[in-house]
Amino acid sequence: MPNQGPAIIFSDLTLGYDRHPAVHHINGEVKRGELLAVVGPNGAGKSTLLKGIIGELSPLGGSLKLDGLKKSDIAYLPQQIDIDRSFPISVFDCVATGLWREIGAWCGLDADREAEVARALATVGLVDLAHRPVGALSGGQFQRVLFARLLLQDAALILLDEPFRAVDTKTVADLIALILRWHGEGRTVLAALHDMEQVRAHFPATLLMAREVVAWGETRKVLTPTNLAKARQLVEAFDEHAEVCERDESARERQPA
Amino acid sequence: MIDTVVSPFIEFSFMRRALVGCLALSLGAPPIGVFLMLRRMSLMGDAMSHAILPGAAIGYLLAGLSLFAMSLGGFAAGLAVALAAGLVARSTVLREDASLAAFYLVSLALGVLIVSVRGSNIDLLHVLFGTVLALDDAALILVAAIATVSLAVLAVIYRPLVLECFDPQFLRSASNLSSPTHLLFLVLVVLNLVAGFQALGTLMAVGIMLLPAIAARFWAEDVSGLIVIAVLIAFVSSLSGLLLSYYANVPTGPAIILLCGVFYLLSMLLGVRGGLIYRLLPRKHLEA
Repeated sequence: MPNQGPAIIFSDLTLGYDRHPAVHHINGEVKRGELLAVVGPNGAGKSTLLKGIIGELSPLGGSLKLDGLKKSDIAYLPQQIDIDRSFPISVFDCVATGLWREIGAWCGLDADREAEVARALATVGLVDLAHRPVGALSGGQFQRVLFARLLLQDAALILLDEPFRAVDTKTVADLIALILRWHGEGRTVLAALHDMEQVRAHFPATLLMAREVVAWGETRKVLTPTNLAKARQLVEAFDEHAEVCERDESARERQPA
Repeated sequence: MIDTVVSPFIEFSFMRRALVGCLALSLGAPPIGVFLMLRRMSLMGDAMSHAILPGAAIGYLLAGLSLFAMSLGGFAAGLAVALAAGLVARSTVLREDASLAAFYLVSLALGVLIVSVRGSNIDLLHVLFGTVLALDDAALILVAAIATVSLAVLAVIYRPLVLECFDPQFLRSASNLSSPTHLLFLVLVVLNLVAGFQALGTLMAVGIMLLPAIAARFWAEDVSGLIVIAVLIAFVSSLSGLLLSYYANVPTGPAIILLCGVFYLLSMLLGVRGGLIYRLLPRKHLEA
């Protein structure tokens, strides 16, 4: 992808639930082709930020611009997966839904696309289980299924929310290899993570947040003890009686009319 | 034996009409039931059948025993309740089951109120318990038309509907079809219940929709298999229910539903996909 411009631009973005901000006045941009780890303590707003990007939450304030990316260019692996694992569907069919952008609601799977699904299954090492129902898989195997589906989505922007929960080290290594492959292919990848060792080892850039941006840039410079301690302090308790945030108005006053 | 099965239909045209009506119903309703079951909305069918009743009763009170008025009333009432419930669930904190319960109870209370104010009528029993042995041409055409429309629409929304049940979040993130699919599906639920109350009555329309689908869960491993088996069970129950009612001189609607119930019990006991006996059989585990 030749375009080196920003893929996502946050301008004074506030996201939250029921007027309470979970992501507060974030500014910055994610470059095209960047592999960015989003880290921070529990309640820092990592998931909220990803939900904002995919459009599941609308901003309470500020704005978020996706440069030239349509809904179908974004692949999203949520943390709270609301998938019915008892549903009677085979692993193959589940992975094949990743081709939605190509086949939509009505096109069939031709031989080429079937081969594509089979390749994705081979990449995550699940060929033997292709025709088992998804309910028969373990948690780690199911996570591999979701990654196979992400492979087929062929998205320019990939959002992963805690993709390695409840997954053994072998699987984590395989999945990280996939993420690095996506990075090599020039896709933009954002991953919310909590394991700092993983981030230090594999992610060139990191956004450390605690509702607000604590530090953003090269991983080595972001994940310092000082920054991490600051992030922990900043995650305040959810205040039922919080005052109305006045920062919007003051920001506007500072700008010339 | 063959004579026992065939002769009532050769001899009596009302039996032939009843059979055609029930088979049309068995083609349209059970696939809808399969999706209701897979979406864990089985009880929604029951609630919706109550929501339809007042609409049909109002149609009856306004226009007499008119097929068109009662169907239209039932359809309008059912759709209004389904849409209102869906809308509230998508825009407030309430879940769909709770908001549906609220709306259908209000609808039912309203219906009972109207019926009792306008005076009770014995003909209303037809609405409640169906008139499968008195299906006229108009009713047959209505039931067949609904089955046709229902299957066609289901074919069009099949893939998004499967995804909406299996992984709604993915469907929402990949396309804008989530809400239209849900909406069309609700329309199909209401249409099929309206078709069902012509033949079996509102109270039992939901039986032919759900019982075959639930029984099929014990036999099939994928959605298309579930649909085929559910339709077959509904066919066989309809045919044998009509014969039972003919020979034993019992009401037809309940006979058909009870036979669906027999299929459910047998499937639960004997089904190869998680049936009771299959699970209790002492069998050695596999190597891998």
